[in-house]
This record gives sequence, structure tokens and C-alpha cells, in this order.
Amino acid sequence: MDFNYDDEQNALRDAVRGLTTKTYGDFEARRTAVAKDPGIDESFWSKLADMGVLGLPFSEDDGGVGAGPVEIGLVCQELGRVLAPEPFLSSVVYAGGLVSAAGSSEQRADLLGRVAEGELVLAVADTGPGGRWSTAARGVRATREGEAWTLSGVADPVAGGHRADHLIVAAALPEDGGTGLFLVEGEATTRTGYAMFDGGRAASVEFDATAATPLGEPGRDLTSTLTTLRDITRIMGANQALGVLQSQLAATTDYLKSRKQFGVTLNNFQALNFRAADMYVQLELTHSMVDWATMVIGSGDQDDIADAADRVGLQISRAGRHIGQEAIQLHGGIAMTAEYSVGVGTAHLAALDLLLGGGQHHLSRLAARVGDHDEVEALG
Amino acid sequence: MQLELSPEDAAFRQEMRTFFTTEFPQDIRDTVLAGRHLTHGQIVASQRALNAAGLAVPHWPLEWGGQDWTDLKRHLWHEEMQRAGVPPPMAFNASMIGPVLAQFGTQEQKERFLPGTANLDIWWSQGFSEPDAGSDLASLRTSAVRDGDDWVVNGQKTWTTLGQYGDWIFTLVRTDPDVKKQAGISMLLIDMTLDGVEVRPIELIDGSYEVNEVWFDDVRVPGDLLVGDLNSGWTIAKFLLGNERVGVAPVGASKRALATLKTNAGDLLDDPLTRARFVELENDLLALELTALRVVANSADGEPHPASSVLKLKGTELQQAVTELALDLAGPAALASGADDTSPLAEWARLSAPTYLNLRKASIYGGSNEIQRQIIARSILGL
Repeated sequence: MDFNYDDEQNALRDAVRGLTTKTYGDFEARRTAVAKDPGIDESFWSKLADMGVLGLPFSEDDGGVGAGPVEIGLVCQELGRVLAPEPFLSSVVYAGGLVSAAGSSEQRADLLGRVAEGELVLAVADTGPGGRWSTAARGVRATREGEAWTLSGVADPVAGGHRADHLIVAAALPEDGGTGLFLVEGEATTRTGYAMFDGGRAASVEFDATAATPLGEPGRDLTSTLTTLRDITRIMGANQALGVLQSQLAATTDYLKSRKQFGVTLNNFQALNFRAADMYVQLELTHSMVDWATMVIGSGDQDDIADAADRVGLQISRAGRHIGQEAIQLHGGIAMTAEYSVGVGTAHLAALDLLLGGGQHHLSRLAARVGDHDEVEALG
Repeated sequence: MQLELSPEDAAFRQEMRTFFTTEFPQDIRDTVLAGRHLTHGQIVASQRALNAAGLAVPHWPLEWGGQDWTDLKRHLWHEEMQRAGVPPPMAFNASMIGPVLAQFGTQEQKERFLPGTANLDIWWSQGFSEPDAGSDLASLRTSAVRDGDDWVVNGQKTWTTLGQYGDWIFTLVRTDPDVKKQAGISMLLIDMTLDGVEVRPIELIDGSYEVNEVWFDDVRVPGDLLVGDLNSGWTIAKFLLGNERVGVAPVGASKRALATLKTNAGDLLDDPLTRARFVELENDLLALELTALRVVANSADGEPHPASSVLKLKGTELQQAVTELALDLAGPAALASGADDTSPLAEWARLSAPTYLNLRKASIYGGSNEIQRQIIARSILGL
């Protein structure tokens, strides 16, 4: 049992942090990037590709690096620290992960190398109006005529869907055959892009008998694959949120030490210091849970990963509310402004929750099975 | 990063589990598992059973009965003990005065006291807090004045846990009233059977007599019972209070209490709100347990990890939260706290209110949770 990064992992973290700090160390650069479409810094994305970061999860045969969950998680943390709007989570971790898990060898060879090189951006269209993080396809139906497949319906919100070159679409298979995954060219759909409240981009995507290629074996129910990839993405999203939380606490303590009111710095007021101490407690507990859930992915056991995703999802959601809200409150008015990172970070935390599953959702799932065990085993 | 225990640590954990669940006296475990108070005899028997197996004082130096364990092994030992309902070794002996004597005592003091301390042949009480010296411990007033070879002690200590059973008491006394308050304190060992020592019990809100006042009226203490250098008591006290990095948070005990409560809850577990409360506590305890593991896994040079304050703070909050849930689930049956075993109401429910009230102490003792917040704010966040 070990909770420390090894030398290579530390080197990766330092390299990514060097790049993220250079790009977004000044929060104004992030503000500029999200102010106009496509809402990301394309040159930063290329540099991540050059560094090998965009191919981390994929096997070497598919043009990737074959790294493990710990490496992917630490990249997510670093991106979270600077509120990077780039679609690492949606394109590389989630969509790339689906191609990796369900795609044929030709599809993997065709797509993943290009994702790793930054040439191709993917997005997952897995929910429709009224959707609430269910893996049963909603909003889009698949139809088969001979060997040809078409999709019809609406997917919304599709994170990163406004500029994705290809969409991975979760669609209901004919005759209640479950959920299939399909590859669709972005330009073959009708897309209405919009900005989310944290500056990220999403789209409403319409399919109207749109030609689609099944991912992997045609007609196969891929609910189980989709579920696990979503659980993994949930855990990686928690890594990203952890990075946000770390930045928020650091910014808050710096502010308490420098901001003067009544002729003294704010850290002269115990009421404020104690609230910062409680933020630290919450952050450390969350950090432990995120590290744990990330390591559980390595076990490869689907049920364990699902349980870890729910547990870390609940924890990160609670922590995001607590720390995010307190960070704004302890700063005061400045954190209400769009030009300051702290309040925008709180918005980003809420957006991550809403994309991946909020605390209430995970609590509800855990409550359904709380009678199945005596106690929760941390070490197995 | 790696989640699994090494084969060696996994085997060690199994060894502990086997001992605690098959070789340790069953009646003592049953008492703990039912949430009842242990008798004096049970506490002594428990300590001696652990000591005979070499498991009472593993963190002491090897020559005084310690084990050459890593912090992780000590963590596993402590967790398995709690899971099995084995009372941890008497803290005043095993965690407090034992390590202090091993570190600061004279060879004569070590030989005289350490074996009996490990075996609970000597029951130690702690004489630190006073009516006007709680969190501000350094303002204590109990005085020791030199008279020939002896020290003459006058004053009052309070909150002396289980002082009614105490044979000896380790005290902080003022030996120099004319210097900065921390610089005039010494540690003195006092035989509680001496003339002038009086123990007066204090009744607590749960109806128990767990703590006491201890009065000293011209008590003559031989000079060789001073621990360490004269006026070095504050340094020793900081060593004593900051010495512990393992077992700061009662994770295993809280997990066991929650699991037991889940069984006791029966049909109440059909209520979605009740289920949600169990989930929240289980998740918080998981985060706490993992944090305790991170702290022991990152230990360097035996220095207390600053996050120990996190463990104390959150650990006691969760310990209290479990008792609150028990109280809520017990419902009206909790009112029968004074009924005896002929009561038709379940024992766990009858014990739930006294336990709830008793454990309010947890966020006060051992450095109150406000002191822990102060430590976090100052030494970790630099505020």
C-alpha cells in the first residue's frame, strides 16, 4: 500500500504543470480562451499532444502510451488546477476510452493515433432532454437496413460537441436491444453549440436518419462498456475537480494573508481561519478518496469501479459545494467577478458535477445497496 | 501508488485478526461490542492479555517490550483491535507515561516503572488539566516547592479519567512561578496513596463517574520522582501529546459501531432517509480511513504528520455522528436508560442516549477540536 507518486509520475506532473502554468497561469488567458469559439487554446492542445499526454490511456499498438489510471488522473488534476477548458476528459478519457474498449482493431488504429496526435477531437453524445446520467440510451434511436445504420433523435447536452470531428453516440438499438455505440461524423449532424456557465462548450446535436458506423460488432448491446467508461470518467472528473479545489484553497489562504480590512490582514480573524481549516480538512479527505478511487480502476473489477465512482462522486460533490462556496465567501465580492479564478472555479466544479453525476445521484445509488454489506472495506 | 497491502503486511493483518478474534478473552469483547462500560477487572485483564502476547506497547523501545513495527503495521494492529471489540491498551500507561519515561526517565525510573506500566500492575492517572487550565494548559497553578530532598505539592487537578482506580499520577506542576509560564513547569510522578492526596468523583451528564478531581494538600514527593530536567515539563508534555500518529482517529471503532447499528436498525433500514444517513457516514468514514492510511504511509522519521489534526477533528466528529444516528433509530426506547436487563426494550437502544451524551467529550479532550483547527490554520495553512 502506497499513496506516493513514483519518480516518473512526478516528472510527468512537473512537465504538465510547467505547460499549464505557462498557458493559463495568468487567469486572464483562460478568460480570453473561453471568450470566443471554439473556447479552447488550440496551441496548448497541440503542445499536450507533443508531450504525449493526449495518448496516455491508449495502448502502444493503438498509437498511445499505455499509461495507467494514476498518470491519467494526475494530468486531470493539473488541468483542473488552472481550470483548463480543453476537452481532455470528454475526448481522450471518455470518448477515446469507449473507442479503446469497444472499437474494432481497425477503428482503434484509425482513430486513437489521431486523437493522441491532437489531429482528431471526439465527443460522446450519451444523453437527451430529460436525461439524468442513466446509461440506457435516451433521445437517439438506431435503425438498421441491411448493413447500413442510421440514427435519429436529439442528444443534448453534448460536452465538447460543437467542434468534435467525430461523435460517439449512445443510441437505442432496434427491438429493445439495449444501447449501442456509433461513430458519426460531426459534420453529418445538425449542431447548435452553446457556452456553459463555466465557459466550457457543449452542443445540442440533431440526427435525422444520419449515417452511422457501429463501434465494434454491429448491433451489440454495449451498456456494460458504457457504464464502466462512464464510471472511469467520473473518477477522472473527480481528479480534475480535486485540482480545482487545491487551487481554491491556496488562493483563499493567500488572500486571507494579504487582504487588509480594519487595518489588519484577514488572517487576524479567527472566524475566517477556522473556516479555512475546515476547507483543508475537507480537501484532505477528498484527496484520499480520489487517490483511492483512481487506484481501484487499476483492479479492473467492474463492480468495484462502479462502487468507487459512486463513493468518490458523492465525496467530490460535497467537497465542491463546501470548498467552492467557502472560497467565494472568504474572498468576498472579488470572487463574484468573472475576472477572478475562484468564483469561476466554483462554477467549473458545478459543471463537472452536472456532466458526470452529482452528489444526490450517487447518494441515491449507494443508498439502494447500503443493506448489502456490513461495512465498507478500504483495502479489500 | 498501490492499493494492495504487501504480502507481509497482509499476513500480519491476518495474524492480528486471528489473535484478537480467537485468543483474546471473549467476555471483554462482548462487553465492548454491546457498548457497555468495562469493569476495573476487565480493563486490567485486557491489558495483561495484550501484554502477554507482546501487543500492549508495540511503539515502546524494544528493550522495554516494544516491537520493531512500521507505522503501517501499528495502524493495522490498532484497526484490527478495534474491529474485534478489543479495548486498546490503557492510554495513560501505554501511550502517555510509558513513552515519556522511556524517552526522558532515568535508568532507575525505567526499571522501576516500565514493566509494571506495560502490564497495568501500576494504574496511571493523568494530572494535567486544572479548573483554570484547560486548553490553556500552561497556565496551570498546582505548585511543587523544594523542601530538603522532597517536593511539597499543593493544588488541584481535574478531569482525571478513571482516577478512582489510579495507583500513581503523572502531574505537571509549577516549579518556578517567576518565569514565562511554559518555562516554570516540571513533571512529577506521585503515589496516589500518599497522605494529602484526595480523589473526588465528578458525575457526568450520562450518569457515569468517569472523571475526578484530584486534590493535593502538602503532599511530600521524593525528589527522585521528577521526570527529566527541572522545568522541562512543557517540553515533555508536548512530546506526550504530539507523540501519537497512529490511532488518532477511532476509525475501526466507528466503523464497527456503524455496522452494528445497521444490524440493530432492522426494518428501519427500509426508510430511504435512514439509508442515506448510513451512506453518508460510511462514505465519510471511508475517506477518514484512507486519510489515516495516507498519514501512516507517508510517515518519515516518526515525526507527527501535520494532518494528524485532521484525523482527530474528523474522527471525533464522526464518532459523535454515529451515536446521534443510534439515538435517532432507538426512538422512545432510548428513554429507558435507567431500566435494568429485565426491560423488554433492546439493550443497544437503552444505551444509546448515555453513549450519545458521553461522547460529546471526544471533541473536547486530547486538544479540543478548536485547538486542532488552530493547529491546521497556523502550522499547515500559515494563517
